[in-house]
Amino acid sequence: MIAELGLAALWLAAALAALQLIAGFAAVRNPAGELASLVRPAAVVQGVLCAFAFVMLLWLFMITDLSVKLVAMNSHSMKPMVFKLAGAWGNHEGSMLLWITVMAMAGGLIAWVERRLPEKTMMATLGAQAFVGLGFYAFLLLSSNPFERLPQPAVEGLGLNPLLQDIGLAFHPPTLYFGYVGLSVAFSFAVGALLTRQVTPDFARAMRPWVLGAWVFLTIGITAGSYWAYYELGWGGWWFWDPVENASLMPWLAATALLHSASVLAARDALRAWTIMLGVVAFSMSMVGTFLVRSGILTSVHAFAVDPERGSFILALLTIYIGGALVLFALRAGSVAEGERFATTSREGALVFNNVMLCAILGVVLMGTLYPLVTEAFDVRVSVGPPYFNPVGAIFTFPMLAIMAVGPLLRWRRDKLERVRLPLAIVAAATVAVLALVLVLGGAGILPLLGLAFAIGLAIASFLPLRGRNLRRVPLAVWGMVIAHFGVAVALYGMASETAFTKERLAAVQVGGSTDVGPWTVSLAGVEPVAGPNWTAIEARLLASYEGGEPIPLGPQARTFWAPIQETTESVLATRWNGQLYAVIGNQAEDGRWQLRLWWKPWVTLIWYGGLLVALGGVLALVGRLAEDLKRRHVRARVAERRREAKA
Amino acid sequence: MNALKAKHQRLVLIVIALVALVGAGLLAAWALRNQANYFYLPAQMVADPPEVGQPVRLGGMVEEGSLKTLADGVTVSFSVTDKDAAKVPVRFTGILPDLFVEGSGVVAEGKMGPDGVFIADNLLAKHDENYVPRELQEMSQHQQAAVVEETY
Repeated sequence: MIAELGLAALWLAAALAALQLIAGFAAVRNPAGELASLVRPAAVVQGVLCAFAFVMLLWLFMITDLSVKLVAMNSHSMKPMVFKLAGAWGNHEGSMLLWITVMAMAGGLIAWVERRLPEKTMMATLGAQAFVGLGFYAFLLLSSNPFERLPQPAVEGLGLNPLLQDIGLAFHPPTLYFGYVGLSVAFSFAVGALLTRQVTPDFARAMRPWVLGAWVFLTIGITAGSYWAYYELGWGGWWFWDPVENASLMPWLAATALLHSASVLAARDALRAWTIMLGVVAFSMSMVGTFLVRSGILTSVHAFAVDPERGSFILALLTIYIGGALVLFALRAGSVAEGERFATTSREGALVFNNVMLCAILGVVLMGTLYPLVTEAFDVRVSVGPPYFNPVGAIFTFPMLAIMAVGPLLRWRRDKLERVRLPLAIVAAATVAVLALVLVLGGAGILPLLGLAFAIGLAIASFLPLRGRNLRRVPLAVWGMVIAHFGVAVALYGMASETAFTKERLAAVQVGGSTDVGPWTVSLAGVEPVAGPNWTAIEARLLASYEGGEPIPLGPQARTFWAPIQETTESVLATRWNGQLYAVIGNQAEDGRWQLRLWWKPWVTLIWYGGLLVALGGVLALVGRLAEDLKRRHVRARVAERRREAKA
Repeated sequence: MNALKAKHQRLVLIVIALVALVGAGLLAAWALRNQANYFYLPAQMVADPPEVGQPVRLGGMVEEGSLKTLADGVTVSFSVTDKDAAKVPVRFTGILPDLFVEGSGVVAEGKMGPDGVFIADNLLAKHDENYVPRELQEMSQHQQAAVVEETY
């Protein structure tokens, strides 16, 4: 009964999306028509229905209803509750339902609150949103129904991939989905503005919170995903240039560019066509990402739905949306009037430069990700990894970081470099000093060396926009920028330091023996079997001491799950303020020694703290902008009221 | 120059952006040709070995009875074979993947050493029923086909 209720709600929501599409575009032609009044309510009710359907799915997973195929395939009655619930979206059908739920709720929200734009543009925007939504409803209802029943209820569920039974990962996919969906809203705004030729600062202000929100979620999703790969896979790395990692990085790069160009449009009414284009590109990248992950055409641990039919469905959607948007762009971009002009040396100029660099990095990542697919068509199998991505990406990243340090110091429209000579000299001196210091100490490759130096330079530069200002009166959005840029510097320092200074030790150790890695001494006190709710494991008892200090007990495990049967490596971390010790246990050799793999990674945690700072900056900017918008709305309402009074 | 720039700013911006992006694309294409990591089957690697030190990947079956642990306790050596019975000796220092056993499929990432031994930096084994490196999956289909041919 619950499953049928969910399915009915989903069909109703799809019907409302069709209504919203037709009424929306009818309203663009005739804003005074009766259909226009249907559009906003249709969007709101659609959001409620989808939320209802998703709650029904959660309920099915909560009670482990094994007559529903999805539950039987992905859950197990013995699983801890939080993973039962997370199982609802840890699979293809459930995650698509989550996607469409978030999207419908976002559509409902803009229909409900967004009143700044001309009504005609709003109607076109909501129509476009319904158009995108309909494709996903069709996908869900026709080819991947999450509420499908089994002819006979299963006796027991098949369980969830143990690699995915992790609290961080339970919330990783939804976070990325919020990001993807936020970009779909930005896309709808862009299409709406293009259809009605209303590419105005108001459009940028209406779109910006969605881009900012999407960007914050993507940042958190990527940071969390990276940390998960770091400790769960047991390989000691934090970024593998895996296609699925790239699939989340590409929308982030596009969203970063879009965020900055939308700011230029909002503040200065410049970069109109460029912002629209980035809106299309950002959503395209979300779709490309979804396609790569869901179609299973690339090798990845994430590819849990290897199904050609689904792949081609997403590819068809991608072609329709992106092809359609690009055609529309080609037809209309010429008639979008040119925005305000600016000199090369100006805030706008710096932002344009960084936008182009971000797009170049995006292109490099995209080509590297798709290249194996292209060669496979010619029956040549290749894989593309760090030897390609690191240097080629760096060629565009370092100039971008340099301009990122300068840009926020410049004035809008027109400026002279002489005006900011002093702060620039400080930043350059710090960068060169670090460069020289690391060169003298030696041991770092060229990229980590540059990374360390630029990180310090950027860290200083990120606070310079606050120079000479009354800190209490600095707007929240500026604080957001400062903290996000500082976060980039922090993360960069972590990455460079990890790459340059990591010490690794692989050793076979007797029980009672010990080994060294960097400043740590690690001794193996014993190896014991342990058991958890759905696994058994062998656990090493390690005692790790930093420079002869108090030993810390650590217990890395080799786990065997029994539903489904799978072995995983559970690494352990000893975190200090200046880095992490990372330990993994391997096999036992014939002579009784145990393999231990240890890494000392100085400052590695800064990578993820930096990522979180970037996200925090985004949140501050979002709150600041929303508060400004509310204030503006309030002022407008009061002005209108006074006018009315004056008339009376 | 300034007047010209002001008049055609949009055009100039478009041209600069295009040049940068096309440049990025060309650079990426050039780097991809040089840096892509090619996949070899044992027979291909025996017939036409890659240059020493060039990163490549080798996929095949771990030969029964070839797996040995060296004296340091953390280095293993084994042979990777395929249906043509071509054999490539492999050395790997590290912790073996969880489902790495003799007779199962493996993809070794690494480079050819000067002594003709393939030095693996990383081994990808079959993770579970749902996750098999793609090359392995296809290879086992080939092998199944070969077995069927031989039987009939």
